[in-house]
Amino acid sequence: MSSAIEVKSAAKTNPNINLTLPDSAEKEGSLKTKFSIKNLSAWFGNQQAIRAISMDISEKQVTAIIGPSGCGKSTFIRCLNRMHELVPGTQVEGLVKFDGYNIYDKGVDPVLLRRRVGMVFQKPNPFPTMSVRENVLAGLKLTKSEQIKRAPETVERALQQAALWREVRDRLDEPGAGLSGGQQQRLCIARALAVEPDVLLMDEPCSALDPIATARIEDLIHGLAESYTIIIVTHNMQQAARVSNRTAFFLLGELVEFGKTNQLFTAPKDKRTEDYITGKFG
Amino acid sequence: MRRTEKSKRATSFRERLVEFGLLGSGVLSIFTTVAILTVLAFETVGFFQEVTFAEFFGDTQWTPLFSDKHFGIWPLIGGTFLTSLIAVAVALPLGLLAAVYLSEFARESVRKAVKPALEVLAGVPTIVYGYFALVFITPLLQKFIPGLAGFNALSPGIVMGIMIIPMISSLSEDALHAVPATLKEGSYALGAGRLATIFRVTIPSAFSGIVASVILATSRAIGETMIVAIAAGQQPRLTLDPRVPIETMTAYIVQISLGDTPTGTIEYKTIFVVGASLFAITFVMNILSQRIARRFRGKI
Repeated sequence: MSSAIEVKSAAKTNPNINLTLPDSAEKEGSLKTKFSIKNLSAWFGNQQAIRAISMDISEKQVTAIIGPSGCGKSTFIRCLNRMHELVPGTQVEGLVKFDGYNIYDKGVDPVLLRRRVGMVFQKPNPFPTMSVRENVLAGLKLTKSEQIKRAPETVERALQQAALWREVRDRLDEPGAGLSGGQQQRLCIARALAVEPDVLLMDEPCSALDPIATARIEDLIHGLAESYTIIIVTHNMQQAARVSNRTAFFLLGELVEFGKTNQLFTAPKDKRTEDYITGKFG
Repeated sequence: MRRTEKSKRATSFRERLVEFGLLGSGVLSIFTTVAILTVLAFETVGFFQEVTFAEFFGDTQWTPLFSDKHFGIWPLIGGTFLTSLIAVAVALPLGLLAAVYLSEFARESVRKAVKPALEVLAGVPTIVYGYFALVFITPLLQKFIPGLAGFNALSPGIVMGIMIIPMISSLSEDALHAVPATLKEGSYALGAGRLATIFRVTIPSAFSGIVASVILATSRAIGETMIVAIAAGQQPRLTLDPRVPIETMTAYIVQISLGDTPTGTIEYKTIFVVGASLFAITFVMNILSQRIARRFRGKI
């Protein structure tokens, strides 16, 4: 906690970590890099979960991470907002540049990083003691953001972005845990969007949902990609094919192949990718 | 054929014997409770045939042993609540801080060692606590607080507080520990710091469990007998001043029970009416804590 104050001042003076987005969206072909990852490895105790991953993730694109269980997908995205280190006994090595700035530098406060790199989890986890409205505003309250002054606008905007506004506009003061599973997950997305991050990490966001709720979230991801960089971990290859621009295939903690989603699914370069997507294992 | 039938009959007899034994022990404990309640009720009714409700709840003096008898229960209730309040005021912050430390900050090895060590506090015989209050805490406090009598509400209150710390810390820690990790992660992922997560997500999620632990600890303090009987004095007095001798409901019962009060007299009946009042208070608090705890289980 002691480094929080130092870093707050560093964030003010260091241009690399300023909180505004560039105005113009890049055109296809000349995409700006959001995350540049070099030789990223991570451990749980002695167990190595990911091995020397290197990849660049483009801004305002949907990047899907696929692979069998235990291949390090979740660990990988949890390294991008430094959630991995919250588990005791874990370790990370390598370089993760976010907008050109290494997030594992000594001066970086993970708390500030996580305000720009939001996350949606596998199981919907709305705060049970809070209403729908309070859940959406939770991030602003927890971080004592100035933006809380525009709370009503923020609630409406975030819920609309999460395609939940019409369903809950009359129930804003009811408990967030009282919504259906799919609605809860969209509430969690709204909660993540309310703090206006640049990036949204999604860790198998549909695995606890039925097909209809899944379809709604997938639609939502398409819309969100216009303004956010989205990285989605998924078990479901069809889902990766439907929602993503680029796909990375992980196996046993290694990045096997990374490329345009079309190309990876139709003409994989690596034999292991081909075996996986044609259902020979996994 | 005959042999198996015989052994079958033997088995069924043994099973019935066991069943009967289990039923018997169940019934016995229910019977004991009912018997206690009956005796309490019987003597309480007897008491109220001689003393009116108006006097019991309206008078502010409790002097059944004097020639000028008064039967106002409030000095005893006041004494009980004063010492309990002091105990909770000591135990609540310390117990909660210990619970938060153990569940959120301590390493697993520390948690595993400290939690049972704290629970030992609850296992110390209360007579030891009583003399600890009388011969150690009171003289210590007298150095700082002028006018503190040798018997007072403050010292046993503090010591009772120490005694109930583990009830609050242990049960609250259980409640905090039961908050799903996914909720804490949700908070961290929004860019919340550790303290914001603890105070705005973890503690609110465990709130009903914490409240239940506090109510349980409070009713333990209300029912506590030895410490107050030894260190608080035996002067029923309706006061908020923690420096002077008072008497709690439990201490009064001890005082009369140890004396040579003849059965059937009004003095004798007072201990039952005080007991019944005490029972009513702790009963209500236990029900309250159970209700809250049930709501808490439903949530998580």
